[in-house]
Amino acid sequence: MTTLIHTLIFIPLIGFLVSLLIPQKQERLLSGVAFITIGIHLFSFLSFLVIWILNGHQTLDVKDVCLYRSKEYVFLIDFYFDKVTAAYILVGAFLTFLVSIYSRAYLHREVGFKRFFNTILFFYLGYNIAIFAGNFETLFIGWEMLGISSFLLIAFYKDRYLPVKNAIKVFSVYRIGDVGLLLAMWASHHLWHENITFLEMHNPVFVSDHLQNHSFIGVFISLMILVTAAAKSAQLPFSSWLPRAMEGPTPSSAIFYGSLSVHLGVFLLLRTHPFWENQTSVKIIIILLGLTTSIVTTLIARVQSTVKSQIAYSSVAQIGLIFIEIAFGFETLALIHFAGNAFLRTYQLLVSPSVVSYLIREQFFKFTPRQLTIEDTFPKRIEYSVYLLSLKEFNLDAFMNRILWKPLKDTGKMLDFLTIKSLIWILVPAYLGGLFVLFYEDSFPPLLIGYLPTMFSFIALIFVLKAFSERNSVRMAWLMVIMNHFWIALAISFNEHFDYTEILLYLSGIVVMGTLGLFTLRRLKTQEECVDLNQYHGHSFEHPKLALMFLICSLGLTGFPITPTFIGEDLIFSHIHKHQFLLAFFVSSSFIIDGLAVIRIYTRVFLGPHNKPYHEIPFRSS
Amino acid sequence: MNTSNSVFDEHTVLHDLGHFLPAQNPLKDFIHHNTLHAFQHLKFFEGLKQANEVFGYKVLLDISEYRELYNVKRIRKDILQQKIMEKKGKENLDSWYKKLTHSNYPLTWSPRIGNLRASWKREYFIDLDLIVQPALFRTLCSYLDQGISIWNFPIPDLGLMASIRELERNSYVSFFKTQRARDLMLANESSITDLLKILVGDETLYSHYLFDQQFSHQGWSGMVASIEREPASLLDTKKVTLHDLVLFELLLEIDALDNKFGKVWAPLANVIKEKPLDLFAPIVQSELSEVLEIWQNAFEWTYYDQVLAGLQVKTTPSKTPESKSFQAFFCIDDRECSLRRYLENLDHNCETFGTPGFFGVEFFYRPEDGKFLTKLCPAPVTPKYLITEGGNTLKRGTEPHFTKYTHSLLGGMLVTQTLGFWAAARLALNIFRPSASTATVSSFKHMDKFSNLQIENKSLDDKFEGLQVGFTVEEMANRVEGVLRTTGLLQEFADLIYIIGHGSSSVNNPHYAAYDCGACCGRPGSVNARVFSFMANHLEVRKVLAGRGINIPASTQFLGGLHDTTRDEIVFYDESNLSPENSITHLKNNQIFRKALDLNAKERSRRFEAIDTKQSASKIHELIRRRSVSLFEPRPELNHATNALCIIGRRDVSKGLFLDRRSFMNSYDYRTDGNGTYLLNIMRPIGPVCGGINLEYFFSRMDNQKLGAGTKLPHNVMGLFGVANGTDGDLRPGLPSQMIEVHDPVRLLVIVEHYPEVVLSVISKEAATYEWFKNEWVHIAAIHPETKELFVFNDGIFSAYKPLTENVEFIQNVESVVELNQENCPVYCLIES
Repeated sequence: MTTLIHTLIFIPLIGFLVSLLIPQKQERLLSGVAFITIGIHLFSFLSFLVIWILNGHQTLDVKDVCLYRSKEYVFLIDFYFDKVTAAYILVGAFLTFLVSIYSRAYLHREVGFKRFFNTILFFYLGYNIAIFAGNFETLFIGWEMLGISSFLLIAFYKDRYLPVKNAIKVFSVYRIGDVGLLLAMWASHHLWHENITFLEMHNPVFVSDHLQNHSFIGVFISLMILVTAAAKSAQLPFSSWLPRAMEGPTPSSAIFYGSLSVHLGVFLLLRTHPFWENQTSVKIIIILLGLTTSIVTTLIARVQSTVKSQIAYSSVAQIGLIFIEIAFGFETLALIHFAGNAFLRTYQLLVSPSVVSYLIREQFFKFTPRQLTIEDTFPKRIEYSVYLLSLKEFNLDAFMNRILWKPLKDTGKMLDFLTIKSLIWILVPAYLGGLFVLFYEDSFPPLLIGYLPTMFSFIALIFVLKAFSERNSVRMAWLMVIMNHFWIALAISFNEHFDYTEILLYLSGIVVMGTLGLFTLRRLKTQEECVDLNQYHGHSFEHPKLALMFLICSLGLTGFPITPTFIGEDLIFSHIHKHQFLLAFFVSSSFIIDGLAVIRIYTRVFLGPHNKPYHEIPFRSS
Repeated sequence: MNTSNSVFDEHTVLHDLGHFLPAQNPLKDFIHHNTLHAFQHLKFFEGLKQANEVFGYKVLLDISEYRELYNVKRIRKDILQQKIMEKKGKENLDSWYKKLTHSNYPLTWSPRIGNLRASWKREYFIDLDLIVQPALFRTLCSYLDQGISIWNFPIPDLGLMASIRELERNSYVSFFKTQRARDLMLANESSITDLLKILVGDETLYSHYLFDQQFSHQGWSGMVASIEREPASLLDTKKVTLHDLVLFELLLEIDALDNKFGKVWAPLANVIKEKPLDLFAPIVQSELSEVLEIWQNAFEWTYYDQVLAGLQVKTTPSKTPESKSFQAFFCIDDRECSLRRYLENLDHNCETFGTPGFFGVEFFYRPEDGKFLTKLCPAPVTPKYLITEGGNTLKRGTEPHFTKYTHSLLGGMLVTQTLGFWAAARLALNIFRPSASTATVSSFKHMDKFSNLQIENKSLDDKFEGLQVGFTVEEMANRVEGVLRTTGLLQEFADLIYIIGHGSSSVNNPHYAAYDCGACCGRPGSVNARVFSFMANHLEVRKVLAGRGINIPASTQFLGGLHDTTRDEIVFYDESNLSPENSITHLKNNQIFRKALDLNAKERSRRFEAIDTKQSASKIHELIRRRSVSLFEPRPELNHATNALCIIGRRDVSKGLFLDRRSFMNSYDYRTDGNGTYLLNIMRPIGPVCGGINLEYFFSRMDNQKLGAGTKLPHNVMGLFGVANGTDGDLRPGLPSQMIEVHDPVRLLVIVEHYPEVVLSVISKEAATYEWFKNEWVHIAAIHPETKELFVFNDGIFSAYKPLTENVEFIQNVESVVELNQENCPVYCLIES
């Protein structure tokens, strides 16, 4: 059984790697690899399912490789299998299989044919890791992969402005979810004093024992999980990202935002349900959130006049209901509801272009001048107000801008006085000073030492804010992101005395990827006059290889599971004490903005309209 | 308020805007037209230069693309040299040849449009488009929506601005964030000029500002202008004007600025450092534009030249058979070109004709239960007649996955848990075994094969909405006579004459109307074919015709039909009316039609990479049929993607040539029309219809992003009248990349078989027609009916043309050409088998 689970992870991994090697021209081969990979996977999974059911369908937990181990910290890859896994993999494999066949003809001759299938397979791998995950750490790996493949598919048409802009928008919401997950991991580490698996979480006695004296931290963990789930499943207040994610080719929108990706929040709730099911306050919050979301988004869906946004909001409304079902403990109902919603929305999105001829025909034969709806019975003022509010999507998009982008931009602007020179002249000595203090810690008053981590993490935050708001020098922004990590490392070093190999682990990826990134930028600069952050340059049009290289560096720098930094990030968090909320806040904010700053650099330099007139340049508004 | 001596006249500027904006109709009435129609009063290349300079459209290929075409011999050297000499003189041949093939031209490009309004970003660091457009598009789309939203715009009928104002007045929620804009709107006293005064401040800049503003979302603005011109193009009609759109947008802009800067900010004119160049100021000639012009000409003439050479090849004139087995009329559509060739090849005794696919009968059509009327004739014509349908037995299925219940909360909950699983099955089914569903558009469903049409007028008082129901005998006779005379079929009638309209079938295709018959306003031509046949079979009509010298034998019967160009199927109408003898002949002919359709499907398949062209014709035909119902097939057929020619003359002019489905073909016999009376009728629609199709493909190919719709894969349907990318994007008029990717962008070459002086007098008779040729948006050549000498129209005269192509290759077998090539084929002469 357990080796079979491994196989189920390895099949998409191999498929993905193989697909990277096939040249763009080989359409048949590329789609064939995707089709065969997912086909074999679906088939193996079905066989696995049969065996599992015949064997008494017990929950499985497979402890896999341990990626890192210290006294109190273990980073374990762990897989888990129960009926939730079964339902999610079944729906996921089935839909991805169909969509991969669908896309081989649909994407024929498309410029990004290879990129599309690479990303689909990468997504599929991440999906499997996330769904099979047996602990938070493993889940987090899959989660990150899903986030990045979402970003890549939304920005699939990278030479247009809107897809790129919306890809960043969605990425930033996802980033909030990621940090929610990180904080949940941090808090749960303090709750259990070890890295626990989902299987252990399903032990009611074990859970209630721990929660008894730590109800606050329990609620905190649950809320962080809820934030993560709400962000991923487009619940309030995040809902407005979903329709804006529909920028890629229709099949990718169908599978990601119609079905699989958007139901991952639901999955997270189902997975962690045993943990929070006895926290009444959390349950009430979930029910209220689900209820508000479903009512608000239904209203919004009712006024949508574009097919895809209508489907998106309807889907979100159903997910709101699923949240409620989970909170009430109707797990099976929630799973059926999930599967039905996923299938329906995928299909609706795939046939959405047909809606023109179909509805026009309906209209031609059945037209009644104006169909009255329930809202027409409202008092006029109420009716108009609700209509207008729904038309404006309850200002959700504006709200996200206000709480997320605007503060970032404003703070960044306040830092405009900082120049490269001043930063280097002030902060490099300061860093050295910090190191000095660290080495001779005993000769400094402990009170001061106690404040240092928070202070340094604040400096780290300033760096990354500056990186985010930098408009001119790409190199400067990139360096600041690197500096940010160094300051965080310094801050945490004061916090606890632990093995320096952990710091090494954390910074190794940063240094390698950071340097590589600088090198890539240098190469680009020698070939292009204009490389800055003031606008989108779309350099991937002429320099696809550099773009890919830089993307990999960016991922490395944001702690994506390709370098040890990924484990390092988690480790860093484990060294933040449970009362150090401010430190946790600064560090987690750094991580959010880090990701945003890096992706911003990547998109501004490499994506967006490529303004050289020897080829067609899209309008900005298209 | 407007003062009489002001530089800015609101009305004029709005009118000009409407003229320059894309003129595409809502999707259901998609009709091809010249994308750059606003420049048609200029010479072709002058117009292109202006469009490029002012609006930033890419109007020709990039120089590297031309050089590549030259390297692969798609542009011939001798023709290139000829074109250089024509333009630059013999003495400059070498220097210009070097320029064309080797010079580097710096890439500078800064269109004039958008320059003024960009100052907001330059001087104020505010991105107005980003703030204003999403709200604007959303409101506009909801207001115009034809049936996607469940809860419709609450005040539907006051006009855009008035409806918005009414909504604003009676709502606790506002469109605006600040008070001033809200007050300005509610007060309803400000004109566009007043608002521009707040925003721009300098009257001389107003016009430029409005152009900048509206062209920052030319798709939406164009749609509004188009609906304003033709409100009936929306079934659920909406009052909307460009004026309202501009007004609303200006208010939103004021709101955005107030919101960021408070009430104190200086109008744009006060902060810009220098005035931008006037949009329509004269254009400076650049060497690059001359170079590109020569390249384009050389590219076009490389193709034209071999066609013209082919037309001169002396093929053995086909023996006129003693009796014709059958005759068949098709639309002039380029897609019918190959089917006619196969029919003639399979049955040497048959004869085919081409005439615009509405067959000269113009009317509105009302299918049974239809709540609206459908126009079935070329777009510019407004018919006075109505044809109604009765006895329709076709069932229009409903598609549960499209119902609005799926979007309600509790209903949706039930639906997802039931229908949701059915959706999975449906999806799997369509992917593995594509088949027609209620979502498919089928040309055969346009009219029920077995329904009755009321074609003959019962009494002149029989009217419906001001339209005369049916035609009188006299009116019928006129129309039948018109078609017979223009096509030259006045004697030697076969016993069976087929009248075949055409339509197409597809699924998941918002541009479906573009695939149907252009002469029938983007609908299938089945009703027209049936109506014409009825008329031509009518005994009284025959009597009238006989009186006019057209004697159709009593044994001759006309039979209507419809060719589905996607599926390559033909359905015939009213077969039961055939005489027993003709029934037997028809059965025999039907076999030939079937075989021809198989072969036609095979010939088309060479363009589709997914189909192995070496398979048998019937097997390929099956795959072709499957394409038309596959959800995942963005290219059900390639439509007019290969159009390049239009041949007006007897079939013998082009019969021996393999033209690779690239030619419109209008039958015309110069012998029956010495002074060109009927030719004028033929020439009138050639520009708008054939030229329109050709130029829409041309420009969509040249700049698929700005003049075309880009790839259709991410398209999202907006309000059932347009498509956009994603949910916040501008509407995308023009053709998607999947329709134009195999298209060679060459202008249409019209070839008329008649004496050049007659052709010249005909085309120069009417200014609107003449403009197309005089300004070179369409080329025209005349082929001397007796000597086969060629004359090419240039600068107002026809001058003799001697093709540079010396040999046109002869081929025995079309099939081998079809199997070997995927690209555009050269012209071949066919050896008659």
